[in-house]
Amino acid sequence: MAGHPLAGLIGLLMLVTTPVLGATTAAGGTADGGTAEDAARWDLLHDLYFKDRPVEDAGDRMRIDAPARAYDAALVPVRVEVEPSLHLKSLSLIIDNNPVPLAATVRFGPASAGNSIETRVRVNEYTNVRAVGETADGRLMMTRVFVKAAGGCSAPAVKDPQEALARLGRIKVNLPDTVMAGSPATAQLLISHPNSSGLQFDQVSRTYIPAHYIRSIAIRYGGQPVLDIDTDISISEDPNIRFSFVPGTGGSLEVVAQDTKGATFTRTVPVKTGPAL
Amino acid sequence: MGRTRVLAAVLCAAVLATTAAARAAPLAVTEIAPGVFVHQGAIAEPAPDNGGDTANLGFIVGGSGVAVIDTGGTPEVGRRLREAIAARTDKPVTVVIDTHMHPDHIFGNAAFAGVPVAGHANLQDAVAARQEVYQRRLADELGADAAAGITPLRVDQPVADALRIELGGRTLVLTAYPTAHTNNDLTVFDPQTGTLFAGDLLFLDHLPAVDGSAVGWLGVIDTLARVPAVRVVPGHGPAVGPAVADWPGALEPERRYLTALVEGVRRVLKAGGSIQEAVTQVAQDERARWLLFDAYNPRNVTATFAALEWE
Repeated sequence: MAGHPLAGLIGLLMLVTTPVLGATTAAGGTADGGTAEDAARWDLLHDLYFKDRPVEDAGDRMRIDAPARAYDAALVPVRVEVEPSLHLKSLSLIIDNNPVPLAATVRFGPASAGNSIETRVRVNEYTNVRAVGETADGRLMMTRVFVKAAGGCSAPAVKDPQEALARLGRIKVNLPDTVMAGSPATAQLLISHPNSSGLQFDQVSRTYIPAHYIRSIAIRYGGQPVLDIDTDISISEDPNIRFSFVPGTGGSLEVVAQDTKGATFTRTVPVKTGPAL
Repeated sequence: MGRTRVLAAVLCAAVLATTAAARAAPLAVTEIAPGVFVHQGAIAEPAPDNGGDTANLGFIVGGSGVAVIDTGGTPEVGRRLREAIAARTDKPVTVVIDTHMHPDHIFGNAAFAGVPVAGHANLQDAVAARQEVYQRRLADELGADAAAGITPLRVDQPVADALRIELGGRTLVLTAYPTAHTNNDLTVFDPQTGTLFAGDLLFLDHLPAVDGSAVGWLGVIDTLARVPAVRVVPGHGPAVGPAVADWPGALEPERRYLTALVEGVRRVLKAGGSIQEAVTQVAQDERARWLLFDAYNPRNVTATFAALEWE
């Protein structure tokens, strides 16, 4: 779906257009992300992902925390804060000007705690980053920030290919030192995977490195859904998610991730809980 | 409108390239030991005012030929280095040694077409994966003309461990290292004068940039310190004067910074902190001691954070 056969073509289009867009940005100044071009792009994406459903401004009930200017365009940390009263069913992260704008869609299960999420994304050119939440009663709420970064989708971020290969598929789950039964706990999930975008070019073979990325992640606690996430090439290599869940007594967090070559990676981590407060 | 601009840029590039080729003023070089010449690049990021001349370059003259050590950030810088060599010796350039993949060190290779290239065994693949991005960035920084004429890198003499290169009565020792500044770092040692070209395994004054592994780099520093050199040429920073004679003392500022980076990131990770928190907290005591701290420290912290998460 990220267009394996088309990836090369998209890449070429991207390479041709990027310098011109860059020049426009430098001259015109799109720092507030509010140009007519940005608005037209969003109209297109709104139609693509949400058809004719209205999308409301979330106001101060949702907020994105991301660096205004990224330090590494291939690894831009993005945190979405969601006010608990919203009770979202799902949350979509959209990077307007990326070749595949929809970075991830997160569906919240009964074992999740709140809707705040943190991950890391690739940013290919100066862009709006949006979070669109869907409430239990089917309303769509949106917030956005503007991020200055370029080249994140085609950048070869893997610094040590041999080490990356040796680590492929490894899953790590970090839990706080103390977890209380019944109290929300924040966990961090890391999956070692190149998450190749299909837009990284090999000068020697004169070909694009084929897309190969994590496309789904399921997180369960004691068999109960915490999160189900669909992911795409805008997610950085070594996909990384911070989320919250409500532990009971003991039990385990189970993670199942699948990539586009059909490989499945799993990990089960026991949750050691203290007594309920 | 877009098309007009592109066309104008192409015409501009053609005109500039023609005049530049004719101009090629020799780079300033200093003979720091008999037959050992260095050019000190600007301690800055590539920009129009420095023309991409931001890395230290060198050449060593033997009885039968010349070894070039790094060629500069643009084909034009490479041509100016070629002119500087021609002004100092009539021996032919017999080998180009690339100390690692970064464009400020290798894009001058275009001026030495046909000369065999020696580099780390990982170099060719590493450059192949990045060259497109590097060329576009160079065009953004200096204009399309600066990036014209760059060809894919072919490494004729890959070095997996060590390689001796004969220049006629003078033997250079090339050594490849495990992942540190990059995954393709190489040093050049001239035993005859005790001169070590450290490439970007040594930064002086210019904040070290981590594009490989900070932990690996600290290990490589221990190995480097045992090289019996009497002078060292860093990849960035002073290449002449008293600083180059301080060996292995020259490694200490960089060791101190990398230690602060690694320990600082580990502390944030242990406390469950985020990348953003690490960027604002880690190695801040080092800020006043380096140039380009704000340009490179956030990137170093980000890269080191993502790597150390797997410890």
